[in-house]
Amino acid sequence: MASKALQSSEPAATKLLFEGAEWDFETLDDTYKAIEEIALQDLGLDVYPNQIEIISSEQMLDAYCSVGMPVMYSHWSFGKRFVTEETLYRQGARGLAYEIVINSSPCISYHMEENTMAMQALVLAHAAFGHNHFFKNNYLFRQWTDADGILSYFEFAKHYIADCEERHDERAVELVLDSAHALMNQGVFRYRRPNKLRLGELEQRQKERRRYEEQTYQDLWRTVPNRKDAGLEELSDAELEERKRRLNLPEENLLYFIEKNSPVLEPWQRELLRIVRNLAQYFYPQKQTKLMNEGCATFVHYYIVNTLHQRGLITDGALLEILHSHSNVVFQPEFDDPRFSGINPYALGFAMMQDIQRICEEPTEEDREWFPEIAGLGYWRSVLKDIWANYRDESFVSQFLSPHLIRKLKLFMISDQAKASHVEVEAIHNKDGYRRVRAALAATYDVAATEPDIQISDVDLLGDRELRLTHNVRNEVLLSEHESAEVLKHVHRLWGYPVRLESIDFETDKKLSGTVAGVPEEEASDAPA
Amino acid sequence: MPQFIDRRLNPRDKSLGNRQRFLRRARDEIKRAVDKATNDGTITNAGDGGSISIPSQGISEPSFHHTRQHGRHKQIVPGNKEFVAGDRIAKPNGGAGSGGRQGSDSGDGEDSFIFSLSKSEFLDILFDDLELPDMVKASLKDIQACQPHRAGYSNHGTTPNLNVLRTMRNSIGRRIALRRPGTVQLQDLQRELAELEAKDDLDITQCKRVLDLYDKIEGLNRQRRAIAFIDPIDIRYNRFEDRPVPRTKAVMFCLMDVSGSMGEHEKDLAKRFFILLHLFLERRYERVEIVFIRHTHTAREVSEEEFFHSRESGGTVVSTALDVMCNVVKHRYPLVEWNIYAAQASDGDNYSGDTEKCLGILDNDVLAMCQYYAYVEILNPDAQNPFGFTGPGKELWRGYSDLAENWPNFAARHVASRADIYPVFRELFARRDIAGEAS
Repeated sequence: MASKALQSSEPAATKLLFEGAEWDFETLDDTYKAIEEIALQDLGLDVYPNQIEIISSEQMLDAYCSVGMPVMYSHWSFGKRFVTEETLYRQGARGLAYEIVINSSPCISYHMEENTMAMQALVLAHAAFGHNHFFKNNYLFRQWTDADGILSYFEFAKHYIADCEERHDERAVELVLDSAHALMNQGVFRYRRPNKLRLGELEQRQKERRRYEEQTYQDLWRTVPNRKDAGLEELSDAELEERKRRLNLPEENLLYFIEKNSPVLEPWQRELLRIVRNLAQYFYPQKQTKLMNEGCATFVHYYIVNTLHQRGLITDGALLEILHSHSNVVFQPEFDDPRFSGINPYALGFAMMQDIQRICEEPTEEDREWFPEIAGLGYWRSVLKDIWANYRDESFVSQFLSPHLIRKLKLFMISDQAKASHVEVEAIHNKDGYRRVRAALAATYDVAATEPDIQISDVDLLGDRELRLTHNVRNEVLLSEHESAEVLKHVHRLWGYPVRLESIDFETDKKLSGTVAGVPEEEASDAPA
Repeated sequence: MPQFIDRRLNPRDKSLGNRQRFLRRARDEIKRAVDKATNDGTITNAGDGGSISIPSQGISEPSFHHTRQHGRHKQIVPGNKEFVAGDRIAKPNGGAGSGGRQGSDSGDGEDSFIFSLSKSEFLDILFDDLELPDMVKASLKDIQACQPHRAGYSNHGTTPNLNVLRTMRNSIGRRIALRRPGTVQLQDLQRELAELEAKDDLDITQCKRVLDLYDKIEGLNRQRRAIAFIDPIDIRYNRFEDRPVPRTKAVMFCLMDVSGSMGEHEKDLAKRFFILLHLFLERRYERVEIVFIRHTHTAREVSEEEFFHSRESGGTVVSTALDVMCNVVKHRYPLVEWNIYAAQASDGDNYSGDTEKCLGILDNDVLAMCQYYAYVEILNPDAQNPFGFTGPGKELWRGYSDLAENWPNFAARHVASRADIYPVFRELFARRDIAGEAS
């Protein structure tokens, strides 16, 4: 209704925003204003101020490799990513993204100069409003990331690491970063909320810590014999519990624990771990909301460009061009298609959001039964905004995937026993299957379940200091052995004393496998007994 | 409200630093891959850079992750056409499960990693650790080799060399000395005037003040015009002085046998050797001159183009080439100034009796004036000694082997196939402190 009123009050709006493929900054600005009008007045989005940067394809390649951040510290792995991407791009095996958008305030989005004007309009709607709204409003981003501080934090990290390289040698810094990167996925708090980053304080604390170390340095401590030499006494169960309690064990954030408790790390090395940990934490919400984030942005751009066209602001040709790339983006190949590589988050996210709009506006009997709270409500804008703000992929799918959509996509569940020669179809798109398909699909979006659950279970800081990690095995899914051994070597480098990883079945408590690192050869052979 | 920023003009290659770190990290493996690519016979294209593939071990980034080889997995896929619950589908061979991009574990450590090197990166790695030995003769005679050094300030010069700091210091001093009125003073008066003029009703003192102000402003402006802000006498330039620098000059003689006894195979190998040498000199030394000499039963100096592409043929008299070389040195490259190098490639056949003559020329003239003389004998692959290169070799080789004992700056090697060229080349031009005392 609001949109109709606006339309009639704006006779000048029938003038086309642009024609042809060429763009310039004036056209971009006009188009931005038209899109903003729809996004804010009609859809009622709530966004960070936008900063739109036009870059060339080479700069886009650069941006890819520093995980999309405008400032990032130096590390060879980013260079590796760069040469891979560059090779693929030059061979024509892969195109570049139309845009990259950064969860910061102001919200920075990179647009490629090669885009046609129609594509620029699409990208503006998609990134500058769709993603931007999601970043600003979704609870995960609100609780776990600090959009105002992130850019200056990375600025600090970059300088701090460059400073360390100067002070301690590039190679030494690289070793710590390598090890920290290997543990990046285990470097996030999944349940506890991390502290906010306060930049000024951070540097101050850093300096103070260094000064304190320098002042209180006491060479004598080096010569004090450790407890192993003095003869180790057995601890009672109660004492063991007390020890764990004091160290806050078990701890899921390996990087955090090592940073705080490692017996061998220098203060600057701990700071490096903290930087990597903060980086991992910053990206953790993005992992959990890929489907919703892309769905939201795609839904928003689709709505906006159609509205632009209805208002006579863009030509039929521009709309067709936009819809062409839109349908490429939301293309979902079927499982027996050679192009199939899993479920396309753009496709599913967009389809679900549209489905929710449909349920709000024209519900069927089935929808009323499945979604009594939203069916036929009419005001789909508020419903979607509430969903965007309060769900993540897993909860979103488990609440809002409708039977209608399951039928439309013909989703089915297969279960795969690694040892068996067959996979079994467990459920399909029928009355018996809807809930099981939906629950199983939701589970695949649960990052906490798809990533290995590895925790620090025990360590005797006064004794042998062996770090014990436990991998809680669910559904008998084990870790890739070779790589785990490699990662353990990294943990050993950071911890300085032996490290032991045990895979324990979550239900039966049975030990399934064990790996150690940092133990002398003869000991290692009989260790996993 | 939106802020558009045009970043296209920002410096590119933001990732260059990381790229170099990566290359350094994988240096050994890249070097091995480059050597291999070169040995496979693509030397002619070596200058173009290109894709190389290295094992991914040293550059792997391990992480904890699940494998699909154990346990129970559930997956949701779209596009069901015929299945009902309870159907069983046979797994494709390999058992990696359907779909999923995690890949199997078995590939660990064997995957290779493919990427492109630029031309200069490729050549840098290819010619790493190589140099022309003994480049010691330095000469001051070539007066073109001068380097500008800063030498104080001067009153004359070109605008790009203007020293702003000095100029402004002089200017300020002069302006203070001559009491040039400042901008602030003028602006104050102008503001007061504007304020007064904005009023409608002025009393008599104010009217007087207005006239007074006009006079004062006029006076100040006159003074400011008379005393320039920057006067030509203030201006100072950075002065540069050219100082001659000693310069090493080097010339490389490429001697190639193109006689009838050199078959397609031998010619091909000889050319590849010289192409590599050519690339190396171009890449590593800014000013090394190259003289190309081809010989059959007669020898002559030729252009680069002719050296590599012309197809003439005839008998074999090696000494003619050495004669030509001596001649060229005598006329164009005085020994006091020039470091002289020579590389000779031949199949080892020679006109009977000529070998003694060659040895005479080498022993008496050529080796005495050369910093380094490299001889490459190209073997016929059929005649190759299966026990390595310790065999007697051809006529020229036998003759030359005595020379090597007396002259440390002489080296001879055998080449039998394309794969030998690059290793032999490295051996001949390895940096001495790396190659050890033996060579």
